[in-house]
Amino acid sequence: MAGLAAPFATQLLSLGGVAQAQTKSVYKPTKRGGGGPLKVLWWQGPTLLNPHFATGTKDQDGSRLFYEPLAGWDPEGNLVPVLATEIPTRENGGLAADGKSVTWRIKQGVKWHDGQPLTADDAVFTWAFSRDPATAAVTSGSYKDVKVEKVDDFTVRVLFDSPKPFWADAFVGVNGMIVPKHLFEPFMGAKSREAPTNLKPVGTGPYLFKEFKPGDLVTGVINPNYHMPNRPYFDSIEMKGGGDAVSAARAVLQTGEYDFAWNMQVEDEVLLRLEKGGKGRVHINLSGSMEHIQINTTDPWTEVDGERASIKTVHPTLSDKAVRDALALLVDRDSVQKYIYGRTGVAAANYLHNPEKFRSKATSYEFNIDKAIDLLEKAGWKKGADGIREKGGKKLKYVFQTSINQPRQKTQAIVKQACQKAGIEIEIKSVTASVFFSSDVANPDTYPHFYCDLQMYTTGPSFPDPGVWMQSFLSREVSQKENKWQGRNITRWRSKEWDELYFKAEDELDPIKRASMHMKLNDMVVNDRVVIPVIARSGVSAVAAKLQVNPSGWDSNFWDLHNWFMDV
Amino acid sequence: MSRDFLLRRLLIAIPSLFGISLVLFVVLALAPGDPFGELVTNPNVPPEVRLALRAKFGLDDPIWIRYVRWLFAMLQGDWGFSFVSRVNVDTLILQRLPTTMAVIGASQVLAIMIAIPVGVLAAAKPYSLFDQIANTFAFIGFSLPTFFTGLLLILVFSVQLNWLPFVFTTEIRGSGWPWLWEYVRQSIMPVTVLGLFQGASLVRYVRSSVLEVIKLDYVTTARSKGIGERKVLVLHVVRNALIPVVTLVALQMPIVFGGAIVTEQIFRVPGIGSLLISAMLANDTPVIMGVTFVFSCLVVLFNLIADVLYGWLDPRIALR
Repeated sequence: MAGLAAPFATQLLSLGGVAQAQTKSVYKPTKRGGGGPLKVLWWQGPTLLNPHFATGTKDQDGSRLFYEPLAGWDPEGNLVPVLATEIPTRENGGLAADGKSVTWRIKQGVKWHDGQPLTADDAVFTWAFSRDPATAAVTSGSYKDVKVEKVDDFTVRVLFDSPKPFWADAFVGVNGMIVPKHLFEPFMGAKSREAPTNLKPVGTGPYLFKEFKPGDLVTGVINPNYHMPNRPYFDSIEMKGGGDAVSAARAVLQTGEYDFAWNMQVEDEVLLRLEKGGKGRVHINLSGSMEHIQINTTDPWTEVDGERASIKTVHPTLSDKAVRDALALLVDRDSVQKYIYGRTGVAAANYLHNPEKFRSKATSYEFNIDKAIDLLEKAGWKKGADGIREKGGKKLKYVFQTSINQPRQKTQAIVKQACQKAGIEIEIKSVTASVFFSSDVANPDTYPHFYCDLQMYTTGPSFPDPGVWMQSFLSREVSQKENKWQGRNITRWRSKEWDELYFKAEDELDPIKRASMHMKLNDMVVNDRVVIPVIARSGVSAVAAKLQVNPSGWDSNFWDLHNWFMDV
Repeated sequence: MSRDFLLRRLLIAIPSLFGISLVLFVVLALAPGDPFGELVTNPNVPPEVRLALRAKFGLDDPIWIRYVRWLFAMLQGDWGFSFVSRVNVDTLILQRLPTTMAVIGASQVLAIMIAIPVGVLAAAKPYSLFDQIANTFAFIGFSLPTFFTGLLLILVFSVQLNWLPFVFTTEIRGSGWPWLWEYVRQSIMPVTVLGLFQGASLVRYVRSSVLEVIKLDYVTTARSKGIGERKVLVLHVVRNALIPVVTLVALQMPIVFGGAIVTEQIFRVPGIGSLLISAMLANDTPVIMGVTFVFSCLVVLFNLIADVLYGWLDPRIALR
């Protein structure tokens, strides 16, 4: 076995394409198993184990224990093969020259946990299952606009209508987990809920399913026939759910009851204190999450045709560029990073911050109250008797909303204080997260309604490609009554020039040219102050001192679970 | 006590359960938020999926249609399924009920084991030093909320001393004695928190009840017959004094279930209380309805038990 491991590792590395230099994790164990149990703690336990119904990362992670995609994303945003033999490239003939198809070769000899062989039919079925509107799969975005055909028993081809620069979506990462055709076929479409395999997953992954209690516990035991040699190291896995983030961090960092805990939404100050327990460490990885402030381009206080913030209106004061420039100068990003996020976030000048190859160098940020005052004075905004600036009877008074979350309320306070010094009055509003982040059409307090002047939250491209995410400035995506506020463009900013460049970027096959186009798209919205980027947030997990992990911000936390081991 | 009485009480329970379910459903339907909120922030999930899911699970129908649909299904024994996990609600509840029952049962036993001896001894020598101490501790015990004592115990026994685990898990390796010992070890803190809280308030009831009985003439008679003090207490006083206490234990069960919700959350005990909390956070209406319905049934049931027990223990009370 030991003889096999080294060549295999080199093979893995050479296939990772550009990933080679950066792949940090070096797998040491020389045999399968023997590592004892791996105990991980998710403060929200998985509630379902079908990756195509996953409502959040907890479900994607729970499913990823058992199911695998053709390829995964490493922390730097590079593709790494899992069930595929190699990553498709132009050189190996995987990518078509016209950009309209991708050919994936699937590993031979891989077996489902029930002993059936994995073939191209399973991949084709996964595509058909997810794209069926009656299934209502959350992954359908990756499959509904593509066609998948079987080339031979171990080869599938994904076909696009138009050249696709970002082709690694179907069968890749969290949306790409392949499900077994022989178990799901009778339960396609409307009957999808009834599939017994929803609760007893049968996948190809490193662990065999043992037990599942929704929201509480998922357990698995080692897969003796796993398709990668010497893997996995642990004999069993226990994924416990429930509780809160702070006590989850405590169970790993301070008492050592668990080996790994996910999504440590805890202030860095607390994490530093818990780390002194010496039982574990905090692991930080890059992610696309961007905590940013949005500026409403429409008037949220006037109702037109039954909706506020209608695109038929313009904001009475925020439409003045000088006011928006002043606001950007009044957000003290460095203090927010230093005093609130610590190691878990970086002050950001760009909306499109990660992956780094898309980060613009042409922008900068500054915190300068005097400069803001100067800008406002020059634009004719004079202080009134109450200390608030006004012009022509319009006052600089804004309502600034966000979800209830301690770091967010602290950030709001920092912004409010600086604005006060410059003569802008900010009224702080905080909405319960379950309301703020909901699609409730009737509730005016959700973020897609954006019925106030400023709001702050985090979004990001969950893939290492900004194509879909940047639609948040596309004119046709405006969130409004007409589309039940389902549009992605929340600020309702519209620019023909921007739209044209966006569509050009989405047709550009040259990755370098496309990246520079996306940088320009970013610069346009940042410089026009449509959004004020605040903090680029990182993925944060708590890890036992000896456990070797490599969580990725672009894929499931378990994207390379088969490589986890204890370094003794 | 007659069979008529039991039947009447059961019949009265039906409209109250009905009313409870109606109020609950309306409140939940009016509350903001939706179970697919997490999909909203994910740019890779097409909006039509969210709309399709809402339509599929009937979330867009008027409240009364949804209620009638739920009620009819419920009457046929169909509890519906969770929007979040898509698992049947009765399966989810049955999965978690044993753990809740075990924790609550153990804590009730602990509470009674503490409350009866302490309460009786305190009443036997009222205003003695022991009575003062018992009273003080009882007062502290039921004034402190369970989430506070829970965190306090975690800090002392898990973080400082590292004696006990603070994550309760049903996944314990091994079998036989080591397995049992691990189970006991992880149950100590949640059971203590609930048991002490419950025991503290019971102590005061036991004490006042014993104090009342101990003054009665028949006790003096028993003493004058020359029976030892211990025998008087155990055979003559406690038996009669416990009648109101037994009913109180039954009547307080709903409060215990309430306390268990918080305790389960702190120690990650996979009981129906933590199921209820996560369902509420996720706006998972069918599960909330199911769990609260189980809770209200338990309340009605224990009220009934209290009434029946009272009549049985004290024949002077006639139930009509």
